[in-house]
Amino acid sequence: MKGKTGRVVKVSGPLVVAENIPQAKMFEMVYVSDKKLFGEIIEIKGDKASIQVYEDTSGIGPGESVYSTGLPLSVELGPGLIGSIYDGVQRPLDELRKEYGNFISRGAYKPALNRGKEWLFEPVVNKGATIKTGNVIGKVQETPVIKHKIIVPNGIEGEIISIIEKKKVTVEDVVARVKTTEGTKEIKLFQKWPVRIARPVLKRLPPVDPLVTGQRVIDAFFPIARGGTACVPGPFGSGKTVVQHQLAKWSDADIIIFVGCGERGNEMTDVLTEFPELKDPRTGRPLMERTVLIANTSNMPVAAREASVFTGITIGEYYRDMGYNVALMADSTSRWAEAMREMSGRLEEMPGEEGYPAYLASRIASFYERAGRVFILGSEEESTLSVIGAVSPPGGDLSDPVVQATLRTVRVFWSLDAQLAYARHFPSLHWLRSYSLYVDMLSDFYKKEMGEEWIGIRQEAMKILRREAELHEMVRLIGIDALSSKDRLIMETARSIREDFLQQNAFMDADTYTSLKKQYRMMKLIHLFNKLAAHALDKNVELDKILSLPVRVEISRAKLVPEKELEKFDAIEEKISSLFNMLVKEVENG
Amino acid sequence: MGKEYVTTREIAGPLLIADHIEGAKYNEIVQIKAADGSIKNGQVLEVDGDRALIQVFEGTAGLNLGGTRVKFLGRGVEVGLSPSILGRIFNGSGIPIDGSSAIIPEKRMNINGNPLNPYARNYPSEFIQTGISAIDGLNTLVRGQKLPIFSGSGLPHAQAAAQIARQAKVLGKEEKFAVVFVAMGITFEEANYFMADFKKTGALERSVMFINLANDPVIERIATPRFGLTVAEYLAFDLGMHVLVILTDMTNYCEALREISAARKEVPGRRGYPGYMYTDLATMYERAGRIKEKEGSITQIPILTMPEDDKTHPIADLTGYITEGQMFLSRNLFQQAIYPPIDVLPSLSRLKDKGIGKGKTREDHADVLNQLFAAYARGREVRELAIVLGVSALTKSDLIFVHYADEFEQEFVKQGEYENRSIEETLDIGWGLLSMFPVGELKRIRPEYIEKYLSRYTTPGEGETKDAD
Ligand SMILES: Nc1ncnc2c1ncn2[C@@H]1O[C@H](COP(=O)(O)OP(=O)(O)O)[C@@H](O)[C@H]1O
Ligand SMILES: [Mg+2]
Repeated sequence: MKGKTGRVVKVSGPLVVAENIPQAKMFEMVYVSDKKLFGEIIEIKGDKASIQVYEDTSGIGPGESVYSTGLPLSVELGPGLIGSIYDGVQRPLDELRKEYGNFISRGAYKPALNRGKEWLFEPVVNKGATIKTGNVIGKVQETPVIKHKIIVPNGIEGEIISIIEKKKVTVEDVVARVKTTEGTKEIKLFQKWPVRIARPVLKRLPPVDPLVTGQRVIDAFFPIARGGTACVPGPFGSGKTVVQHQLAKWSDADIIIFVGCGERGNEMTDVLTEFPELKDPRTGRPLMERTVLIANTSNMPVAAREASVFTGITIGEYYRDMGYNVALMADSTSRWAEAMREMSGRLEEMPGEEGYPAYLASRIASFYERAGRVFILGSEEESTLSVIGAVSPPGGDLSDPVVQATLRTVRVFWSLDAQLAYARHFPSLHWLRSYSLYVDMLSDFYKKEMGEEWIGIRQEAMKILRREAELHEMVRLIGIDALSSKDRLIMETARSIREDFLQQNAFMDADTYTSLKKQYRMMKLIHLFNKLAAHALDKNVELDKILSLPVRVEISRAKLVPEKELEKFDAIEEKISSLFNMLVKEVENG
Repeated sequence: MGKEYVTTREIAGPLLIADHIEGAKYNEIVQIKAADGSIKNGQVLEVDGDRALIQVFEGTAGLNLGGTRVKFLGRGVEVGLSPSILGRIFNGSGIPIDGSSAIIPEKRMNINGNPLNPYARNYPSEFIQTGISAIDGLNTLVRGQKLPIFSGSGLPHAQAAAQIARQAKVLGKEEKFAVVFVAMGITFEEANYFMADFKKTGALERSVMFINLANDPVIERIATPRFGLTVAEYLAFDLGMHVLVILTDMTNYCEALREISAARKEVPGRRGYPGYMYTDLATMYERAGRIKEKEGSITQIPILTMPEDDKTHPIADLTGYITEGQMFLSRNLFQQAIYPPIDVLPSLSRLKDKGIGKGKTREDHADVLNQLFAAYARGREVRELAIVLGVSALTKSDLIFVHYADEFEQEFVKQGEYENRSIEETLDIGWGLLSMFPVGELKRIRPEYIEKYLSRYTTPGEGETKDAD
């Protein structure tokens, strides 16, 4: 490190300008001052380099040294990531607390992967084997549910000249040596990867399967595909974070990367306290055993916030490259965009809309582009990386540049609505504004999983909700009395769809997760009731009689039927049918 | 001591630029001596080569180019701390104004603090009973939460905040608690209201006040809340006290921030407020909380007045994006003489879910809360419809909802400024109101709670309208 120094000439918040850094490269990592503040070069002009510093720059001034490292900002990839909580530049927050106390002091550093911890390495190739980038040479059981595959790092291709037997090693021990055309290379349990560069794949594929989330409004109406992209815009308090947490908890991904980007500290604590207690419905194991947390909260340095989403997605790609289905949630991408804006402002770049840099849209697009369903390098195996970003527009205004740029890239739009949130209709997804461009792609899956009938039932439900909006307008003008019984029934069915199906309480054990089977049964109850009611109206049964059927309470409580007792739906269905039979008979018999 | 520079080249608004400076550091404090000998304090906002950009807390009035002497002190803004700080009153720059001498510090802390490691946080979950139904019942406050009051000019936010400070307690506990009161640009009268109230209730000895009034230096307000919060951290995490911090009025703080941004000719964000205001506010609001294995806590109640009652105004908007909910005061309710005029629908406590229920408040709390909300939301919607179409256009069941909405405001929300309701009383008022609906409407409440609690309100003879399911 000595000798390779430049000098600080300017300090403006997180931006430091230095001159004469030898061979300064874009996105190179540097250390500023003898306090070793960690930063990254983001602009080079002549002999001056602008550095975004990932720590508080108070007390730094011109004349101090800047040390170059020659390396791009990178993350460490290897066993030990799962269950960890990192800041935006992958410093392990639990380790930092042990070493430096409750507050994050400057210059604090601990390696991302624990150097002392031993892992039982199990080779899967033999000496003499020919390997190339992406091949698996061994495995480590990282958590009871995750087998961590040790994959050949980028650029290594050749013959294994030695590989250790099954034994315990640390991340820094050499487990294999490879003879390549450029000499012998060593493979350890971990590798590094520059965060701003997407990890390569063999081939990109269109998504085919849904990411099942257990959230009814999402799975039934606005599904996201595995390998797909979605955004959740909404004003404060509309439920963005709860949606993201629900997905992190219940979606059927193998690995979850949760990036808390410029948001509340307590929300990360919430995840940290809940996830070890909650059980993955598929494996029965604590959710923490499949989760990686990146927490760069709003009070932490803003430049590290800018890096946090890249740190997260690189870790996501790494698990994707092991063949896992990974889902990444970023809460909130607006804070990331604001961090870009702040750095851009300090660089005195020409501002675009609302002061955001002109490259805002392309940065957002290139981030979501890292999602996808792929064939991974080195094997024909298929895996996915799904990305779900929250967006926090000022005043909930969807014309916000971050929302607009995001909508141009992502395929699913879950539009959260303040009015619904005020009425405590959660999740507050607005059913008329939201969309999913995956619906058609996924319909084969749904037909197979939930039956042919499902597609029709779902379409009809949506039609009823649309019609309700129109009728609502009419009622506002002329009153409910002006509506025909048929139309009033539509209003009532729409209410039932909203309250008994779409509304889902994240904090109630019985309601927080609903399997596809149960979603189907719930929707079918409403569908059945509506169908028979319409029929009864045709037979001149009075609407008020229909609406006062006590079985409606059972429909509204169907959410609470336990997953293991879905046969209870049979009884309710039978009851509905027989009640309507009776009503119709009563009329027929005069 | 450092060298004095007479190299001021530019003075603009609250900013001063000095040249030929050696070794200036970002964020360090400077002492500025005007030609007439008066002393001002400032802080370095940017250093570029040998040029320093300085914000002057007391404003630049009276400074000139030739006669101004600038001295760099080589440290950040600090506050001296000792347990004897309790009961003291300071100005917005941390100078005692209560006539007593300066405290003898046991330790000094930089007022900017360091970010709390998210891993060190302990999730707030202890119910604070404020005695106010609209808060306890529906938007429950917990210890370590930051829950602002979104108010408007002329609304009784001061009374509400004082009532909370007066009545707040954690059930079944007697613990060391303290109040830190931070005034930013408010009137003498309003500041005095708080002081008088604290004095009356004996809270004064357990409080620390930082007072920057409307006629005090504007830029000083940037530092004032940070003094308060640093003291709060000391009391909470060094001395193990439970600290309630009242910050009023955040709107004035944000305007000071805007003034500096404008003087720096930064690219303005919405309505002229700087793009970094979110982060700036977060570095203060996030100083609320609890820390693992530590006794104390910091609960924050920032108050802000929304210009034109506009909740999309950047000050309210960014605050809402950072804090753990908000309490909205409504001009409409206020005009109907409803105190506290809390509009519960847009109000929210994000931490309530882990602070309520069995063992904390009561088992039925969550269900009752959901039901009260849902019914009130519907009642309000129907009531608006009735205004357009007339009451005659409503169905029988709609009429109950309208009646409920009115009663809810009168019975549940409205209470006395000195009325301190227990959580049981609050929930029982809720059940009483819900008893006007047929049981089938109470979809949000589990049947077992309906059976257990609702029966208390159903008088015999009324029973037949409430057929059990
Ligand atoms: N699905 C849900 N079930 C119950 N409550 C919810 C749900 N979604 C949101 N909420 C409520 O809304 C509050 C705000 O949600 P949050 O996700 O934090 O909003 P945002 O991130 O948009 O600001 C939560 O604290 C919770 O009380
Ligand atoms: Mg959120």
